[in-house]
Amino acid sequence: MIKKALSIAMALTMAASLAGCGSSSTTATDGAASKSAESAGTASSTADGKTKLTMTWRDEGNGEQNPLYQWFTQAYETYPDKDKIELDFQYITASEGDYFAKVALALQSEDTAPDIVCEDTFYLPSDVAAGNLTNLDDYVNSWEDWTGGKFYENVKSGVTADGSVYAVPYTADSRGIWFNKEVFAKAGLPEDWAPKTWQDILDACKTIKEKCPDVIPFWCNAGTISGEATSMQTYEELLYGTGEEVYEDGKWVTSSDNILKSLNFINDLFSNEYATADLIYDAESSDNVVNNYLPEGKVAMMLNGYWITGNYKETGSAPWADYAEKLGYAEMPTSEGQAPGNITMSGGWTLAIPSLSDEKDAAWDFIKWCMNYDNYLNAVQLQGVLSTRSDVAADEVYSAQPFVQQATDFLEYAYYRPQNDQYTKVTTYIQTMVENVASGSLTPEDAMAQYKSDVENAVGAENCVDK
Amino acid sequence: MKQKNHMLTEIRRTILLLPAIILLVAFFIIPILMTFGYSFSNLALSGSNARNFQFTGVENYLKMWKDRTVFISIKNTLIFLVGSLLGQQILGFVIALMMKSGNSTFRRIVGPFFLAGWVIPEVVVAICCSTFFANEGTLNHVLGFIGIPMIKWLQTMPMLTVVLANIWHGTAFSMLNFQSALDGVSSEIEEAAKVDGATYLERIVKIVIPCIRGTIATNTMLNTLSTLGVFGLIYMMTGGGPGSKTTTIPIYMYKQAFVSQQLGYGTAIAMLLLVIGIILSVLYTRIDRD
Repeated sequence: MIKKALSIAMALTMAASLAGCGSSSTTATDGAASKSAESAGTASSTADGKTKLTMTWRDEGNGEQNPLYQWFTQAYETYPDKDKIELDFQYITASEGDYFAKVALALQSEDTAPDIVCEDTFYLPSDVAAGNLTNLDDYVNSWEDWTGGKFYENVKSGVTADGSVYAVPYTADSRGIWFNKEVFAKAGLPEDWAPKTWQDILDACKTIKEKCPDVIPFWCNAGTISGEATSMQTYEELLYGTGEEVYEDGKWVTSSDNILKSLNFINDLFSNEYATADLIYDAESSDNVVNNYLPEGKVAMMLNGYWITGNYKETGSAPWADYAEKLGYAEMPTSEGQAPGNITMSGGWTLAIPSLSDEKDAAWDFIKWCMNYDNYLNAVQLQGVLSTRSDVAADEVYSAQPFVQQATDFLEYAYYRPQNDQYTKVTTYIQTMVENVASGSLTPEDAMAQYKSDVENAVGAENCVDK
Repeated sequence: MKQKNHMLTEIRRTILLLPAIILLVAFFIIPILMTFGYSFSNLALSGSNARNFQFTGVENYLKMWKDRTVFISIKNTLIFLVGSLLGQQILGFVIALMMKSGNSTFRRIVGPFFLAGWVIPEVVVAICCSTFFANEGTLNHVLGFIGIPMIKWLQTMPMLTVVLANIWHGTAFSMLNFQSALDGVSSEIEEAAKVDGATYLERIVKIVIPCIRGTIATNTMLNTLSTLGVFGLIYMMTGGGPGSKTTTIPIYMYKQAFVSQQLGYGTAIAMLLLVIGIILSVLYTRIDRD
């Protein structure tokens, strides 16, 4: 009897230690996040009496080559209060999903919260609801550039939650289909190709596959590893083009003909081998497509944002001297070409001040400095993004950049993601759904069924609707 | 007097043990209890539930019941577990046996190969294996030499690749266990069986295996518990994909807790893992006793 009790007790202890292992992923992520910002927070003044400003952004492995790194260091060089502050860069090299998790953890403790953090607009409602960000109303109301109409109104509304401003937007973006004109010429497709329906895209893929069998006709983000890009740039770019949105009238649409239509399009791309699943499973592949495959003509078309031109500039990670001539940029059509004919999703990144920052005033002054006319003009060029300031957008240097006018025109049909703090959850199920279809793991019907049950589980069935 | 001495020893013993007990309680017992508590809440990493989370009773557990990915991940965990256990144990046993029979070339080549898999860290194992199985990887190149067309291992048979990686990572542990157990098998019994006319296979099955039964049971239990918790290897090789093809319970737990940011739900899934671990452990101890 004692033996039996002992053996069961031992088994329980061992199993308990397993739970310890299981939950250790919690500590691991926590540790990583705090490490990346360990000198942040409370230790805000340095030995020589300077105020230390800690800044956090997502790095893609390019460190000092990162446009944000360059923007902040170059702005700091001319900063009038340079003697009073010191910048402490705590950038996080991680996939997008991991970046958000690390930031969410870092913002919860005074020891790890940075003073300035880069946030994606879709993440703001969630972090505001969690009480992680400082209300900037008092700051922006005394900032002439903000009150004097220098920022676009729709961009301003993207950083407003419950009537208050929580961040300063530093990028706006639009998406379209980039194509390599040389490949198109070989396949006999026009240089000014402009698809009117989704079928036109599939037809072009078919032509390329027949005429240039070595070329992968199409690429888009379709894996969970690409995070939000898969949701926004592929799925929503399609779904909103059918006339439906992810979140309508206060409910999440979890099952509809239009969702199915969008998934079927993805399925058509991958099952006909117009797109290859090999290029969706790791972050490296998506960089490769932008930096190498498209320029080399190994990939013919790519559904991606305007900012990729930042890579092709001299200062970028994959300089390409004549990208302006070799590349075409077509608008994404609506599913059957119905009005308004084209569509783009739009979002952007922002600078925010965590509520646990202990140098809010200094952080705000530096944000203002980085966002002034000259510094911001430099920043939009470094990053290859659309300006959030109308005066900078009117600058000749800015408007002379290739494709910038087109990308700005796309914004006429722009849609924005739901301003809802549950979106950060829902989007992860969208990514799983898209990967399930693209990888051929599930049929579009089954993938949608799983999406429905996942989202209902996460946000409650009463907040979901079938159409 | 004797009584008093005994008391003193007891007190001294307790004092000496105290630091260990405090550490255990602070870093092990309390986190486990907190995990258990959080599994009954809607705690989130971000959003309004991060600030004001509520205890929602058994809601997370009801959710799990309706969540098909939970069942997929249980299924995947069991496949991963059984595949890894069979591979590690059989291979470990066979190698230990061959090492004993003493072909020195074999011992010099195969031993270090499997020991390497055990000694190098999980991260490195994962990177080695993903480059080995990659489309342009070593395996496809080798197969290409003998005219076999490229196979997309990580996409078409992801579970097989992670199981093989885990077998490579874990075989040496079983091998070492079996080696020491085999050394304990009395050669006299084996000799006697040989004299009685038992074949090699008969001797293995009827003499050696029953003799090391205890080691097999312990080894199975240790391997089960460590395999159930495998996260890094799978996460780095396939990320739980394509789709949910290699999403095991730890992977799903991580995704729910840190990607979908539902910490409460994630901890409830961790509890599921705990329950499976307990069930299997109790099962093994019973089998062992019988």
